[in-house]
Amino acid sequence: MDWLAVVMHGTLAGGGYALFAIGLSLAYGVMRLVNIAHGDFIVLAAYIALVIAVASGLHPLLALPIVAAIMFGLGYLLQRTVLNRVLGPDILPPLLVTFGLAIILQNGLLEVFSADARVLPAGTLATDSVSLGGGLAVGLLPLATFMTAVACTLGLSWLFRYTRLGVAFRATSDDPHTAQLVGIKDKHIYALAMGIAFAVMAVGGVFMGMRASFTPDLGPSYLIYSFEAVVIGGVGSIWGTLAGAILLGVAQGVGYSFGPGWGILTGHIVFLLVLLFRPAGLFSRSQP
Amino acid sequence: MNGPSGYTVVLGTRASRVGLLAACIACAVLFTMPFWAGSGTMRLLIEIMCFLALAQMWNLLAGYGGLISIGQQAFVGIGAYGLFLCANHLGVNPFVAVLLGGLTAAILALPVAAITFRLKGGYFAVGTWVVAEVCRLAVSNVQLLGGGSGQSLTAMRGMPKALRESTTFWIAAAITVGMIALTYWVLRSRFGMALTAIRDSEAASKSQGIHVQKVKLYVFVFAAFGSGLVGALYYLNALRISPGSAFDLNWVVIAIFIVVIGGIGTLEGPIIGTLVYFGLRELLADYGSWYLMALGLCAVIVMIKWPRGIWGTIQHRYDLRFFPVQRRVRLLE
Repeated sequence: MDWLAVVMHGTLAGGGYALFAIGLSLAYGVMRLVNIAHGDFIVLAAYIALVIAVASGLHPLLALPIVAAIMFGLGYLLQRTVLNRVLGPDILPPLLVTFGLAIILQNGLLEVFSADARVLPAGTLATDSVSLGGGLAVGLLPLATFMTAVACTLGLSWLFRYTRLGVAFRATSDDPHTAQLVGIKDKHIYALAMGIAFAVMAVGGVFMGMRASFTPDLGPSYLIYSFEAVVIGGVGSIWGTLAGAILLGVAQGVGYSFGPGWGILTGHIVFLLVLLFRPAGLFSRSQP
Repeated sequence: MNGPSGYTVVLGTRASRVGLLAACIACAVLFTMPFWAGSGTMRLLIEIMCFLALAQMWNLLAGYGGLISIGQQAFVGIGAYGLFLCANHLGVNPFVAVLLGGLTAAILALPVAAITFRLKGGYFAVGTWVVAEVCRLAVSNVQLLGGGSGQSLTAMRGMPKALRESTTFWIAAAITVGMIALTYWVLRSRFGMALTAIRDSEAASKSQGIHVQKVKLYVFVFAAFGSGLVGALYYLNALRISPGSAFDLNWVVIAIFIVVIGGIGTLEGPIIGTLVYFGLRELLADYGSWYLMALGLCAVIVMIKWPRGIWGTIQHRYDLRFFPVQRRVRLLE
């Protein structure tokens, strides 16, 4: 049993989950919104990339900026026109509206693209591997995914800490009413946060689509992996989300080494154990 | 219930007496159906009753308990698999095993609550969903229960068709009517007052000495019991089970649709929602995924435009309550 390889591959898979989870973490951090359609929008991004790649012949990585821009716009509009109306002390409306969106999106994709599995044509990027010495080799694409996840986490934590927009995000998150008093337009800030979340989801969707085949019904699993990564890491911490995603990837990898039916289940069990023993997450500064 | 200084607290209304009468007539019609209705009608009605009972459980959780679960399919599936385990492998009479299925779900609800109650709001919702996934994956790995491909209810072999159909129907009617009546009674009781108080303000009810977590736990276990009964009943009727269908997310999707369209936080709402849902299904069933998209769209629009749902809007406008659960103060002349 080559544990080093299992942990290595699990960690890289965790990079993909981190790209999924960052958007969920961000939306919850800024506006306390749990978007049930989160995973379905990731799948949508992959299909948008597919359409662009097929129509223009662009490599998916070159199409990614376009996909991210489209998704940013979609996220901004969705928050501005629909989700802002249902945000409030009652948590039921936003949950149900995004749940409805998830159903619409999933069945809409099914209607347009059929249930056939698709994959983004990534050329040699999908098959090349990098030797790390000692007989250990990792795929170039998983490595690139992981690096991108780290870069996105770095970028967002920089944005939150050092930019005016980041200050506005934190202020609105702490107290929207007071933030309004000092001239922050909370509706616009929420929409921007959702736009950024959607752009990162686009990155996750494109990398996932190059690595494995996807179908319209994958959204719920992506939502669940994202959610597990966020909770394991500790709600509200972006670096915690990255760490949680890596732990989830490793747990699944260890599970898969027991048999094909055990990978995802092991991930869920690790999540439940964390919830049982460290309900605030492993890397959260505050305790409940 | 006479107060000290010239007022009484009343629960009933004129409409509630009409409601009670209508309910009695409906029950009489329902319970005699096996004597005169065709087997196709009865099968459809069993399905309708399953979704009505499940929606009522979800309504109790979300509309009264403030617990928004999108993992009720965990209890549906566990109840159903409880039935198959008891009937197929332990030799229990399948009709008795329905009850055991419900109990299995209720027992499982205790550890599930211990874990998921640590999550708040939206995170609780997704947490319950993870639990449902865990149940599905775990059951898929149990060879005794047929693994990923499921199994048939072989314990029913040799039972005459007419006997099986009418007994299943009576059990369905008893479960549905029983769960609704029980919910109605619970909501009118002292416990129901505590529940409504928690829904309106958790902090205020805590200050009045209500054990919020305990009340929520009771509701969660009760809803799990009801959902487990529904699962057992549904698969007693279907005679075949697989993890994919028993733990299907669509269970809760439909329950939520019914409650939201009909009117959350009312007992009449889910009844109306169930009628709307089955009406739409008969109309649109040929359109496959368009039909589910229409359901999703309806739910989103209703949630944004009429968050009270159909019955909630009527009730709000005309003050009409067939199953009143709130107390009113009436001043005496």
